[in-house]
Amino acid sequence: MAAKTFAEKALARAAGRTAVTAGEVVDVRPDVVLSHDNTAAIAQIFASLGVRRVWDPDRIVIVLDHAVPPPTPQHAQNHAEIRRFVQAQGLRHFYEVGRGICHQVVSEEALVLPGQVILGADSHTTHYGWMGAFGAGVGRSEVAALWATGELWLRVPDSMRIVLRGRLPFGVTTKDLCLKVLGDLGADGGLYLSVEFHGPALREWSLESRMVIPNMMAEFGVKNAYLPPDDAVFDWLAERLARRTGRPIPECRDRISAGALYPDPGARYVAEHTVDLDRLEPLVACPHDVDQVRPLREVAGTPIDYAFIGTCTNGRIEDIAAAVEVLRGRRVAPGVRLLVIPASQVVLQEAIRRGYLATLVEAGAIIGVPGCGPCMGNHMGIPAPGEVVITSMNRNYRGRMGPRDVGIYLASPAVVAASAVTGVITDPREVVG
Amino acid sequence: MTVVRGRVWKYGDNVSTDLIFPGQYTYTLRDPDEMARHVLENLDPRFAQEVRPGDIIVAGRNWGCGSSREQAVTALKHAGVSAIIAKSFARIYFRNAINNGLLPVICPAAVEAIQAGETVEIDLRTWIVRCAAGEFPFAPLSPTVLEILQAGGLIPLLRQKLGVALPEERP
Ligand code: SF4
Repeated sequence: MAAKTFAEKALARAAGRTAVTAGEVVDVRPDVVLSHDNTAAIAQIFASLGVRRVWDPDRIVIVLDHAVPPPTPQHAQNHAEIRRFVQAQGLRHFYEVGRGICHQVVSEEALVLPGQVILGADSHTTHYGWMGAFGAGVGRSEVAALWATGELWLRVPDSMRIVLRGRLPFGVTTKDLCLKVLGDLGADGGLYLSVEFHGPALREWSLESRMVIPNMMAEFGVKNAYLPPDDAVFDWLAERLARRTGRPIPECRDRISAGALYPDPGARYVAEHTVDLDRLEPLVACPHDVDQVRPLREVAGTPIDYAFIGTCTNGRIEDIAAAVEVLRGRRVAPGVRLLVIPASQVVLQEAIRRGYLATLVEAGAIIGVPGCGPCMGNHMGIPAPGEVVITSMNRNYRGRMGPRDVGIYLASPAVVAASAVTGVITDPREVVG
Repeated sequence: MTVVRGRVWKYGDNVSTDLIFPGQYTYTLRDPDEMARHVLENLDPRFAQEVRPGDIIVAGRNWGCGSSREQAVTALKHAGVSAIIAKSFARIYFRNAINNGLLPVICPAAVEAIQAGETVEIDLRTWIVRCAAGEFPFAPLSPTVLEILQAGGLIPLLRQKLGVALPEERP
């Protein structure tokens, strides 16, 4: 049989076919269908189909995260409608306000496993590539259709290979790697593609650092992204799957690793790029496009009003640790606000246990409820018109955080923290020394 | 849907869903007419006031990048837009457009040639865009996509199908 890419293998499995080839349109039965605060709107579309029961309640996951706790009666009403739907359909995988951002929660609960397919009504469903799963964003109508039939058409995407050479220098992160890819190849450089990352450096990175990559590839226009899963991935997920299901860890681990998929040598790629990690430096995406990427040193000194650390891209314990290292014994600059929102309750608990929250609050930071916060301009820290923001988020489009004339700079959490301390865009290596 | 004709609004590259339909409205605005009143307000405040039924948007690369929000399609549809001709579409936007019966056409050469305000024609029998500067062919849509568009979207199509398959399930 011809050599296959990851996407070809994952979609063949989900379509119940022995083999599929890039370019084919196939009907896929995903293992998981994800939605969040948009579930009420999806339920309305679902109701119009005249189907009373969802096709498989155990494959549906719903996480309330986008506007939590609800800022207005309309948002609260939206959540209330979702709770009614969840109850009426008997959905078990429902996560309440405050549990965390959907992609973090689904990972922490091991609801998706390597080699599986997850379709979500959220553009960052590409996230699950961190564990070698096929994750793609879809629309609300498509989720309603999936609830009804369990099936959706997908075009098997062509694949791009990004080969990582060498190691990241001190102070440079996988966020910078993502910005490098966006800056060099453009916001549409990965349009419609499955983007696979390969190289020895991947194995050396923490899982948290890896999660940043497929998440942020949503900004590259990809259909899905993929990192080859290794023992660290299997161990991490096995522990969590065992906790959730009550099954023994070794049994869970065997099941997880047995499902992992790897592309064949000689599979067909429409493009290949190499990134020399050794030569990377801290980068920043400038307003108002994700591919307006410049070296941090070139924009250093730009005054900021507001700094935000959080989101599904960089709101995990490793990210908060990086901020704490910069902020310990220092203060947020006068006239600047720093908001930190842990990506989930689990991250929040760990931050409490490690004493990070005390350090952050002493430094003058504001702590938010686990969730998306102001990432999409809903609430919990919207900037004022005309302000300049630096953030660990993933998007800086005009109007993303609410007002249209807010300038948003994207950077790694340490850069955001250092900039909060000085009040201007700053290289953390200069603050920590 | 064989020939689509309309007056052109022209925009550039990487127009994000945040520009088409701001995130702050996503869980508060449900009425389609009200959604249509805010469409593109961050990019072109004139649009919502002056758009006419049948108008066509012509755009550069990566139209609709960013969020998966379907309102970025439905708000335009309710505003009367009949088709979008772009150099390329963000993939979720492309699917959302098809699934809501809003015709997406990928034709970079036509985008270069078309001027704002002129009237253009999209011929789905011959897969050609006609404008003042000439005729520009584009790649035919796949049968799967055409079937959905012709039914008026994914949900109308599914209703047709389910209506046959599961009559006892209808309320
Ligand atoms: S944190 Fe931001 S990017 Fe991530 S799911 Fe929430 S709104 Fe989307």
